[in-house]
Amino acid sequence: MENKNIIDIKNLNKSFSEVKAVQDLSFVVKEGELFAFLGVNGAGKSTTISIICGQLAKDSGEVFVCGDNIDKGIANITKELGVVFQNSVLDASLSVKDNLQSRAALYGIKGTAFKERLAELAKLLDFEDLLGRTVGKLSGGQRRRIDIARALLHRPRILILDEPTTGLDPQTRKLLWNTIESLRKDENMTVFLTTHYMEEAAGADYVIILDSGKIVAKGTPLELKNTYTGDFITLYNVTDEQIEKLGLEYEKVRDGIIVSVPNTAAATQLIIEHPEIFTDYEITKGKMDDIFLAVTGKKLTGGEGK
Amino acid sequence: MTGLGNLIERNTKMYFKDKGIFFTSLITPLILLVLYATFLANVYKDSFMSAIPEFIKVSDELVDAMVSGQLFSSLLAVCTITVAFCSNMLMVQDKVTGAKKDLCVTPVKKSTLALSYYIATFISTMIICLVATLACLIYIYNTGWYMTVSDVGYILLDVFLLVMFGTALSSIINMFLSSQGQISAVGSIVSSCYGFICGAYMPIASFSKGLQKVLSFLPGTYGTSILRNHALRGVFEEMSSIGFPKEVVTGLRDAVDCNIYFFGDKVEISSMYIYLASAVVILVAVYVILNMVMKNKAK
Repeated sequence: MENKNIIDIKNLNKSFSEVKAVQDLSFVVKEGELFAFLGVNGAGKSTTISIICGQLAKDSGEVFVCGDNIDKGIANITKELGVVFQNSVLDASLSVKDNLQSRAALYGIKGTAFKERLAELAKLLDFEDLLGRTVGKLSGGQRRRIDIARALLHRPRILILDEPTTGLDPQTRKLLWNTIESLRKDENMTVFLTTHYMEEAAGADYVIILDSGKIVAKGTPLELKNTYTGDFITLYNVTDEQIEKLGLEYEKVRDGIIVSVPNTAAATQLIIEHPEIFTDYEITKGKMDDIFLAVTGKKLTGGEGK
Repeated sequence: MTGLGNLIERNTKMYFKDKGIFFTSLITPLILLVLYATFLANVYKDSFMSAIPEFIKVSDELVDAMVSGQLFSSLLAVCTITVAFCSNMLMVQDKVTGAKKDLCVTPVKKSTLALSYYIATFISTMIICLVATLACLIYIYNTGWYMTVSDVGYILLDVFLLVMFGTALSSIINMFLSSQGQISAVGSIVSSCYGFICGAYMPIASFSKGLQKVLSFLPGTYGTSILRNHALRGVFEEMSSIGFPKEVVTGLRDAVDCNIYFFGDKVEISSMYIYLASAVVILVAVYVILNMVMKNKAK
């Protein structure tokens, strides 16, 4: 059975004076999926998120979250949303526990319910020893874990992650992704992700690439790879003369040679035609970076150029 | 009003734990203390002594009570406003740090958030001002005590009203601020200017006639005056009882702004209360209306 639409955006438009931040944006996010929203700085990602969260008024279009139209009030919608902002927005001068307690109370989670949820999240995100520490004195990775705990306090159905792993060490990134994956599996949580790390987007169920406020590509990672990039065959133990016989563009790498082909069918054909050359080889699909470059003409750099 | 209590608790904690905001709010009272300790006390003492006819003997205790009463009323007059402004800077700081965004993606209503800033600012400012009042009362007790219980009661009422006024005024102004630079600019302007325009650093009576007329429109002028009336009532009563001529007492009351004139007419204390209370009501109403207008604009 197909999952229902949990976010449904139709013909969304938003301008700031002369700048058209979002232009005629339409897409749906299915319940339980990991949805990746890619784009360089100013592409319209944060504007769209702000509109979904009710932080910013739209110029036109319709936005439905969990079946509710945001024009009819945001109160019910906010109960279903957990947001991890680009920068930590917790109170630097308060302790971790005070921060989470004050935020939980805004969802009506108090007393024993709060204590239980806090213990659960502290175990899940491994911050039991940080509860009494002042947030301002935590490292970037520690603070990020608390940000995620804050977003999960009220068990939201949708978790919005706005570049959650930028600047984090690999160990913390792994911990965060493992946590998010287990939440998706166990609680069928929908994750709406914007990121600069292409390998994170490669694991998404559905990807949208934005450029200048417009959708320039959308689909599953496989569909995008098949549409916007070719395949790459890496050949080992071959000579230059053998490769030149293929009459294709190639690139020398440390241990072998990479040949670009339009698709997997072309790769198969090539192997059948030249079995003597293809004794030791591997075929890979294009990467998300290649897709991004192909559709926007821009390179998306992790943590920079946002 | 889900979360109102917790938001108030959070805002109040933030004020006392954020050393930047907390110490900035104490700058003006500290300036005032330094001014008094270095030269203002002597200036007042000398001008007071020169105004007294030679045939009247005045005890040092009475002179000290007069000067410390002025310090006390000035200190509280500025504290109630500048502390409120600094405490309410949290409203702006939340915009700068992004905490406001985080609070707004919760089911809590924007009106609840606005109310929480108001109440938390009121509580923080009241705590600071009550501590300052207590410290000043102990100081006055040691220099020369001429107050009654009712004077102290009125002073507490004055502080309450002025804190309400400062909180409402700062709530309106801070609503329009959104950056760290604006916080610093407004904080500096309020800290440096309010002491002058409310008559805390120098009595309004010592300003030019034109300026006095302008300042007679400001509620802060009457806030300082009612505080001074209650802090010095006993001192003036003692002066009359030991034979000070009525004209001298009136002259002294005029000189320290216990008597305020609105275009030549003396303003009674009851009228000062009505004016100040009305200003509070109007400012709170403006704050509520602005919140409603901004909420509608955001839709």
